[in-house]
Amino acid sequence: MQIFKCPFCGPRDETEFHFAAEAGKVRPEPAETVTDEAWADHLYMNDAPKGRAREVWVHLTCGEFFVMERDTLTREVISSTALPGRRE
Amino acid sequence: MSGWRLADGGAIDRSRPLAFSFDRKALSGFAGDTLASALLASGVRGLGRSFKYHRPRGLWGLGGEEPNAIFDVTEDGVTTPNLRATVTPLRAGMALASINAAPDAAHDRYRMVDLAQRFLPAGFYYKTFMGLGWMRWEPMIRRMAGLGWLDPANHPAANTPQVNARCDVLVIGAGPAGLAAARAAALGGAMVWLVDEASEVGGTLRWRGGTIDGADWHDFADDALAAIETAGGRVFRNTTLWGAFDHGLFAAWERRESAPDRHWRIRAGRTILASGAIERPLWFAHNDLPGVMSAEAALHYLRLYGVVAGRRIVVATANDASYPVAAALAATSAEVTLADARSETPGAPDGVRLLRGARLTRAKGSHTVVAAVVDGAQHDADTILVSGGYTPSVHLFAQAGGKLDWNESADALVPRPGSAPMVVAGAANGGFGLATTLAQGHAAGGGSGPVPRVAAEGDWGLAAMRPDPALSGRQWIDPQNDVTLKDVALAAREGFVSVEHLKRYTTLGMASDQGRNANFAGLAAMAALTGRSIPETGTTTYRPPFTPVPLSAIAGLRRGELFNPVKRLTLEQSHRSHGARFREYGGWLRPSAYGDNEAEAAQSEALAARQDVGLYDASPLGKIEVLGPGAAELLDFCGYVRMSTLKLGRARYGLMLGESGIIHDDGVVLRLAADRFILSASSSHVGSVRLILEEARQDRFDPVSVYLHNVTANWVTLTVTGPRSRELLRAAGMPGALTDDAALPHMSVTETAWDGHDLRVARVSFTGDRSYELSVSARHGPALHSVLEAARRRIGGSWIGLEALMILRAEKGYILIGKDTDGITMPHDLGWSASRQKRSDEYFGRRALFTPEAKRPDRRQLVGLETEGDTPLPTGAHLVPLNGPRRSLGFVTSSYFSPNLARPIALAMVEGGQSRMGEELGVFHLGDLRSARIAPACAFDPEGERLNG
Repeated sequence: MQIFKCPFCGPRDETEFHFAAEAGKVRPEPAETVTDEAWADHLYMNDAPKGRAREVWVHLTCGEFFVMERDTLTREVISSTALPGRRE
Repeated sequence: MSGWRLADGGAIDRSRPLAFSFDRKALSGFAGDTLASALLASGVRGLGRSFKYHRPRGLWGLGGEEPNAIFDVTEDGVTTPNLRATVTPLRAGMALASINAAPDAAHDRYRMVDLAQRFLPAGFYYKTFMGLGWMRWEPMIRRMAGLGWLDPANHPAANTPQVNARCDVLVIGAGPAGLAAARAAALGGAMVWLVDEASEVGGTLRWRGGTIDGADWHDFADDALAAIETAGGRVFRNTTLWGAFDHGLFAAWERRESAPDRHWRIRAGRTILASGAIERPLWFAHNDLPGVMSAEAALHYLRLYGVVAGRRIVVATANDASYPVAAALAATSAEVTLADARSETPGAPDGVRLLRGARLTRAKGSHTVVAAVVDGAQHDADTILVSGGYTPSVHLFAQAGGKLDWNESADALVPRPGSAPMVVAGAANGGFGLATTLAQGHAAGGGSGPVPRVAAEGDWGLAAMRPDPALSGRQWIDPQNDVTLKDVALAAREGFVSVEHLKRYTTLGMASDQGRNANFAGLAAMAALTGRSIPETGTTTYRPPFTPVPLSAIAGLRRGELFNPVKRLTLEQSHRSHGARFREYGGWLRPSAYGDNEAEAAQSEALAARQDVGLYDASPLGKIEVLGPGAAELLDFCGYVRMSTLKLGRARYGLMLGESGIIHDDGVVLRLAADRFILSASSSHVGSVRLILEEARQDRFDPVSVYLHNVTANWVTLTVTGPRSRELLRAAGMPGALTDDAALPHMSVTETAWDGHDLRVARVSFTGDRSYELSVSARHGPALHSVLEAARRRIGGSWIGLEALMILRAEKGYILIGKDTDGITMPHDLGWSASRQKRSDEYFGRRALFTPEAKRPDRRQLVGLETEGDTPLPTGAHLVPLNGPRRSLGFVTSSYFSPNLARPIALAMVEGGQSRMGEELGVFHLGDLRSARIAPACAFDPEGERLNG
């Protein structure tokens, strides 16, 4: 059971969190301009890096989404930062 | 000739004899014995039969590594299977039964299997028993396999408290290294938790003894325990630390005598692993005979229990650590011969006959040892004690991600410093000998206080011992799974040269001893066969648990109703008083029907609701408030149906999709103000719907402009439905405007007051009849219930349960998410095409509605089914063509007998269903074929007139 850090609530058990998306994914729109391949790519293709990863998680307890940098190999949690525009 | 008890000595209580039995033979031990020590003292040798070949097996070791002495133990009429004798305390009246032997260990009727051993090597089941098909033989083989017997009357109590805790320093193992580490850490001011699986601290000191700082080791131990207590720490005995998990989390199972066991989840600031090492066997022909034991174990039984392993003992070794064992045994009346494989050895202990450069090559005997063959010479013996070296217990280090390096002088794989977040000290680190373990422990603990001093000693002079394939006769590598050295060679020949393949092909290391006796030999043998070094060959992955842990210890109280607790209604008691039966719906405990015969009650309730007036508790329906100037924009993006165009005081049904275009949930949205909406969500989907809204709110929109609030639990909602619903509201004294259709038309909402409380009333219908959803603050729910119930008693009407409600909504073709929709259903499959065709703004899931998959003409679509007779179609039955090859065109999703139509009704998802109206299809279920006609989903009042009826 890992410990993740919510930028607002502090360190909590990983079961309080839910993975949202890999950070930096931009939603292709408007729909008319997006090819089937591009949409499928956006929905289903992930980088899934071995090692350092930047991910968006949500702390279910407080409902805040945030960016977490962690190492998928060593399980080290490197940083947790609020989404741009949100004050911690 | 076999084990016997000294007249005195040991930590047992000789004033308290305990009677027990083994394979129906009456025996006796003492309080303080384990099953193993009592059996050893009784002289019984054959304790079981091996897994595959049914060879006689006896006691080998002293702890969790014991491979053979495993019993089904019956106490007070209840049998617990597969208890290890070495770690189970003896209690009066215990009846032990050997496992894998019929009728018992001494007279096993399957002993003939060993004669066929040449045809039953490792993996024989991949190559043999193929004639007539494997399933012809599998039941017979399965009956012969397996260990122990499961007693259906054995229900372990669900009473193990689960405790979460933190400590500064966790010291795993209370042997000399652990005691030194804990003492140093405590003297340094840390709050130390010291954990040991034995009933007393001390580890090997308990049977080897030792003089520390000029005094008996007990003084040193007491000193350490006092230091721990002074610094606010804690000492755990009978506690197995069984798993190392992420971020410093450890799991420990604490066994207690007159209280329920406890299970601990411990977060440690720092961890010191002092788990010691386990003696290795030696490999020679018939090394599995009863009477062959670990030398360390023999000293353990002698010192702790006063039991001598035999009378004519050969000790075979290649290290100095076995010399005190030989000396201690010789001091009893046993004859001891020490066969040391090394040519340079210490001097012979008193009373011990020493043979140098002596190799043990064979054990002789059929059911027990009668002789040992050393360098071709036969020595009469009843017991052979062996030591092939020591294997550090690195399991927890490896579980935490640590790597191992080969250490030549320890002849072992030892932890690589820094590769896991724990410090290893003592024998677990390949540091053998009291001086080394104390020094390493002291340093690991931070070095506070004086270094514990012992008499100087050399290292143990460990000579590397390995299985020798040149020896004739079968040599056992894994006694539990009956894996021999020849099996390792077989695996190599067949190409299974990686240790992970070796393990799985031969099953070496896969039994309850988890490879403690087999893994080193297996990997050393494979290394030799493939010309690799031991570190090159590597080890298999270490996984929790360190030793077997009962699931009941980990599950604690989470069983039965507490396994997945349901949510409860505020008004549950009121419903119960009214005769409701309850079932779980969407995670909530809700009334299924009011009456003993659920099915009959559902029918009469569904009838009464349409003919008269029905009442039901709709509180679990999700309610999420969406507030702020950005509320409408957020709902427009997150929903399939636009809500920004919804007028104040009105309600609109909508769908929420996922980005893949698949329907996630449905629900009605109420608009209470320009900047205030209430979104309904299915009771089981509230959490996920809120997350979809939150993600858009925070990542796409300005979160300051819109706020979300899950108010599901804050409101009690009671729904009044049916042609006489207005009458009931008037009889209950509800504000007159509610029953004025001009003020409150269908699909509208108002906030008003009743009896001084806020009341929200929405005219939304899940039954298809005129319906009023009345919502009050949960704490006023009982008052609302009271007044409605009083009105019902005066003017008539019925409480209806979920079963009746399911029928009513199905009569109208109203879907249930997850029952009439599945993981691929899109809105246009249900006939909801307007948004897809007309919306030009972006919304969640929009692009996915135009993929080739979404545009397929043969997508399954929602339809109704009509059928002959009175029996409803089976839910889940497949729709199939009446002619031609049979294939599934879809399936029945909801099916009931409709009392209001006096016939069966059903909903189904069928390929191209909308263009099959009137078509007859087959309905196939478990070999039966019926037929049904495709019809509109709404079977009752298709014009919807009863909404205002």
